[in-house]
Amino acid sequence: MNIIVCVKQIPDPETPAASFKVDEVAKKVIPAQGIAPVVNPYDPQATEAALRLKDADGGGTVTVISLGAETARDAIKHALAMGADEGILITGPEFDGIDNFQTAKALAAAIQKLGGADLVLMGRAAADWDMGVVPTGVASILGVPAVTLAKAITKSGSVLTVERVLDDGFQTVEVNLPAVVSISNEFGEPRYPQLRQIMLAAKKTVQIWGAGDLGIGDQLGAANRDLTLEALYVPKVESNVEIIEGESPEEKARNLAQKLRAAKLI
Amino acid sequence: MAGILVIAEAVDGVIASISGELIGAAKKLSGEGAGSVTALVAGDAGLAQGLIAAGADNAIAATNGALATGTVDAYIPAIEAAIAQTGADIILLGQTSLGRDLGPALAFKFGTAVAMDCVDVTIDGGKLRATRSAYGGNARAEVGFRNSPAVATIKAKSFDAPAGAAGSGSVSTIDAAGDSRVKVIGTSKADTTGIRIEEAEVVVSGGRGLGDESAFRMLEELSGVLKGATGASRAACDLGWYPPSQQVGLTGKTVSPNLYIAVAISGASQHMAGMSGSKNIVAINKDGDANMVKVSKFAIVDDYKKVVPALIEEIKKLA
Ligand SMILES: Cc1cc2nc3c(=O)[nH]c(=O)nc-3n(C[C@H](O)[C@H](O)[C@H](O)COP(=O)(O)OP(=O)(O)OC[C@H]3O[C@@H](n4cnc5c(N)ncnc54)[C@H](O)[C@@H]3O)c2cc1C
Ligand SMILES: Nc1ncnc2c1ncn2[C@@H]1O[C@H](COP(=O)(O)O)[C@@H](O)[C@H]1O
Repeated sequence: MNIIVCVKQIPDPETPAASFKVDEVAKKVIPAQGIAPVVNPYDPQATEAALRLKDADGGGTVTVISLGAETARDAIKHALAMGADEGILITGPEFDGIDNFQTAKALAAAIQKLGGADLVLMGRAAADWDMGVVPTGVASILGVPAVTLAKAITKSGSVLTVERVLDDGFQTVEVNLPAVVSISNEFGEPRYPQLRQIMLAAKKTVQIWGAGDLGIGDQLGAANRDLTLEALYVPKVESNVEIIEGESPEEKARNLAQKLRAAKLI
Repeated sequence: MAGILVIAEAVDGVIASISGELIGAAKKLSGEGAGSVTALVAGDAGLAQGLIAAGADNAIAATNGALATGTVDAYIPAIEAAIAQTGADIILLGQTSLGRDLGPALAFKFGTAVAMDCVDVTIDGGKLRATRSAYGGNARAEVGFRNSPAVATIKAKSFDAPAGAAGSGSVSTIDAAGDSRVKVIGTSKADTTGIRIEEAEVVVSGGRGLGDESAFRMLEELSGVLKGATGASRAACDLGWYPPSQQVGLTGKTVSPNLYIAVAISGASQHMAGMSGSKNIVAINKDGDANMVKVSKFAIVDDYKKVVPALIEEIKKLA
């Protein structure tokens, strides 16, 4: 089975609020000093899902695609070190400032250029814009079904059984391949690349494709966004906290209860 | 402008609270010149009548039983028919299991765009403008749409349902549905005994700092005496200490209780995204510099293991 995994490099989503800055004029996040970009946390889980399915199936290839800056090569390398077979980096100035809809078009074009896949795996959302639209979008463009928020996947023949996370529980669905599936955090921890695998990964090839290779150059650039970015800013939070004092933790607790009662909160 | 189509939802035959909030959002847009509000729900005309009672100008009952599966494929033809019928150029959905899938699917179907998880919508220069959080809640973005229909999913608790103003229009029916390529085999509901976390007036949540699963029994006792619900941070859920259906935050539930007590939760932006609308926040954390302490009204900086049992005892005494 041939699987494509899409991984995105993003600013570290655990960046403390105090270090998170925005250039309001350029409508861009200013990279935080000393905090390196990371792989979107759901995407190694998607890679993990791909590797397990490939193993269970006894063959095939896992191809990793990332669209981003030149540094996104690191996100691909991480997936290769986990065990993926080959990588494709989509990069170039035309991709600067594009939205999720243009991203979906570019990824779909790349998947088509690769001759399609039995299964495309992605994360449930990229933790930069927190949109969660690219998986459904790529599926829509490719004309295949999408299954989102997977926590477990099994394959039997050409049928995929997916357990997915709902607002209030879980759901089991079946879908015929080819399909696009997005992985949620409930899937579990991805494997951590070992030193030997990191060395092996260095020998694996990463092809570089530009807008011209995908034939979608005229749809790129910030000017062709379907979702226009009008403003980007950091919301203000005020602190008016009253620290409850006391001689002991128990006394603090009692004082809190009194305060809550006085404020009619209990 | 040509109008707004609200995709409402019902749970066990009752219009869900998010649907009232969506109608509230749509009425606001309507007041800003976006046209009339039509709300569609999968179900019979009686159910759709409830949307008019909730303030929609008109309602559509999407009667085809296939929609009950909640798949995108089943829904799309019904929504296309509703757009053809109403000429709506704005579609609003909830940020729910349905909206998360259907919002993007509609945007790609129509070749437009969707703004996910919006906290505000407004009409600016005759077009929809949406405000949403990004970067895990560290940033706010305002977005516009190049083409219509513009699609937006709305975060729970961002709008109030319209107060007591029934619409004057009528209910029509649409029977269209598509064959779903995704086959639903089974659905298991999370245990919903007790107060639903989204509706609770008091929520007590625990985080990774609890150190182990059994500490949640202590928090359940506290929420019990306060007649509230128990929630958790994602770190606690990912550790298997508490069910994901009780997770609060960006990728979990949005709650806005009168009182939110965060026990051993640091207050990461992604957690705040689900509870910053709480009217009163109390933090119990051994770290005085924790973000949760900073954003709270009252905080105890100490070990929860000693604080929470004493708090339970004192509240029982006051009761
Ligand atoms: C894309 C994405 C989506 C996310 N979505 C969510 C989401 O929906 N919900 C969510 O919650 N998180 C979410 N997160 C995770 C979030 O970034 C944080 O990692 C998480 O909220 C941390 O959980 P925590 O506060 O329980 O743990 P920690 O950050 O580890 O904090 C533990 C706290 O416990 C305190 N503590 C330790 N021991 C004690 C003690 N004995 N007594 C009192 N206090 C003690 C510590 O001082 C600390 O403040 C998301 C992350 C990403 C990247
Ligand atoms: N630039 C990108 N490169 C590769 N994959 C991406 C990119 N953007 C989004 N994706 C994939 O789509 C998923 C959801 O992203 P989004 O819809 O942008 O929130 C991510 O978890 C990735 O798997």
